[in-house]
Amino acid sequence: MHLTLHVWRQRGPGLLGGFVRYAMTDVSPDMSFLEMLDVLNQQLLARKDDPIAFDHDCREGICGACGMVINGRPHGPQRATTTCQLHMRSFSHGAELWIEPWRARAFPVIKDLVVDRGAFDRIIQAGGFITARTGSAPEANSLLVRKPDADLAMDAAACIGCGACVAACPNASAMLFVAAKVSHLGLLPQGQPERDTRVVTMVAQMDAEGFGACTNHGECMAACPKEISIDFIAQLNRDYWKAVVSRTPQAARKDGGDG
Amino acid sequence: MSESLRNDGRIWVPKKKGDTRPPHQIPEEERDYYLERLYPSYGNLAPRDIASRRAKEVCDEGRGVGPGRGGHGVYLDFRDAIARLGRPVIAERYGNLFEMYQRITGEDPFQVPMRIYPAPHYTMGGLWVDYNLMTTLDGLYAIGEANFSDHGANRLGASALMQGLADGYFILPYTIGDYLAHAKPAKVDPQHPGFRHVQGEVDEQVRRLLAASGRKTVDAFHRELGRVMWDKCGMSRNAAGLKEAIGRIGALRDEFWRDVYVGGRGEDLNQSLEHAGRVADFFEFAELMCHDALHREESCGCHFREEYQTPEGEAKRDDERFGYVAAWEFAGVGKEPVLHKEPLAFEAVHLAQRSYK
Ligand code: FES
Repeated sequence: MHLTLHVWRQRGPGLLGGFVRYAMTDVSPDMSFLEMLDVLNQQLLARKDDPIAFDHDCREGICGACGMVINGRPHGPQRATTTCQLHMRSFSHGAELWIEPWRARAFPVIKDLVVDRGAFDRIIQAGGFITARTGSAPEANSLLVRKPDADLAMDAAACIGCGACVAACPNASAMLFVAAKVSHLGLLPQGQPERDTRVVTMVAQMDAEGFGACTNHGECMAACPKEISIDFIAQLNRDYWKAVVSRTPQAARKDGGDG
Repeated sequence: MSESLRNDGRIWVPKKKGDTRPPHQIPEEERDYYLERLYPSYGNLAPRDIASRRAKEVCDEGRGVGPGRGGHGVYLDFRDAIARLGRPVIAERYGNLFEMYQRITGEDPFQVPMRIYPAPHYTMGGLWVDYNLMTTLDGLYAIGEANFSDHGANRLGASALMQGLADGYFILPYTIGDYLAHAKPAKVDPQHPGFRHVQGEVDEQVRRLLAASGRKTVDAFHRELGRVMWDKCGMSRNAAGLKEAIGRIGALRDEFWRDVYVGGRGEDLNQSLEHAGRVADFFEFAELMCHDALHREESCGCHFREEYQTPEGEAKRDDERFGYVAAWEFAGVGKEPVLHKEPLAFEAVHLAQRSYK
């Protein structure tokens, strides 16, 4: 199939970028989207042009490294699918594709389609660690977890931290990401000792990074390749207020868990 | 796809060569469930080295399925499992994998059997570590799958998880703490001669890569190297092929440093340069793998030397001569690595030949 691509090219952080048009011929419908870009990059290199920078790692939809906005939609048109798992059969012959990086103040562009998602790492870091005794295994039945809780925690843990939620949100809010990470531990017994501290410090970091507020658009859930539900945002709000209201001196600390 | 699928999927190919009928039109008696036939007691759960070799074998015979590339595929069929357990049970067990497969191929495994083919996805072995998980460099620990400690010539399903847990949960809490209690960390100083030396090396490597004359892309070299490894150091190997591979890797490496085209600059994000650095490492690593495979004159786990097999085509070990771990010391690029033998002593459970028949 033939395609016309308009790809955002930007040489470096803070520089002026713009769309560059590329005509692609003989694209196989069995290619993944990233393989299609690989082919384009080989063509660019062959004529000694600068290849398009884009992030990728596992290409199995599990690491969260890849991500670009395709025709206005983070990770493209297919529901619950990362860019690396998107295949060219989702597009029709002759299609015109506009490819851009995640757009958010907290995700500055490094080059072309690569953005700096360090803000997410700093939010996770702010959450600190959980206190767990290592060195010997506890008796398996000493920590009981209800099946619905285990399932919900698993749903939250499915978040791969790709940032599509931020890119999809008109406010560039990171609430879905933070909600998933907070709920994942908050639902499990191992996460209880630092539950209050964690939610307060992670939300504080989220605000400090310059992400916007949540005004219930729900775009994040629609774009999420792992279909994380906005129910977790409600859970995050409950946890946050509970922690703030019942705040103890310890819960006010800014450096995460104090195992 | 994940190996766990073999718990409920049945693997088969058509009995006839070049049978291009769609799977549902091939009647039961014209299907060869070759793993169940060859290994009645283990069937589809035969270890991955055996299952891989048999898949390669039936495809090499011309009975592989799927379009293009000479039918490099065998069916992994859930029809019987769905009939036996019902669709919801299969969806609960493998739903995410089925979805992943459908996304890649555009086919629904609930309706059409999956097509699979073995491929390497990690290398076995890893960095040598002592019992405390410290490498040969004082204070540098290698944990998880990066070290060699828990897996030998075969890597079993879930070994990533197992080793991550075992190392991180049970061993490191004792050994790292002990090290830190004794270590007196020196001041970290970028003016240190050791640091300056390595910095010089890295700068020089980047300069050379960017200065090469540039007739072939990094990707082209990567593919060529992959082809050599796939053909000569893959699911089965022999001495002649391995020697040839070692020669070809050396020649390819020389060509790489002379002729690669990287482009761009060293100061910006340059993914082509990152890739070049990795491929440069892969040459050394590929060479080492071939050396090791050539040295080990037996068949053991995934290391299958064609010269050492039983009349039924099963792996033939030689515990007398090769009952050791081969730890190879890097002697420099293009130089023969130095062998350190670490004997395998079995005290409680003794080595035996296992049969999957
Ligand atoms: S590359 Fe890992 S999720 Fe896409």
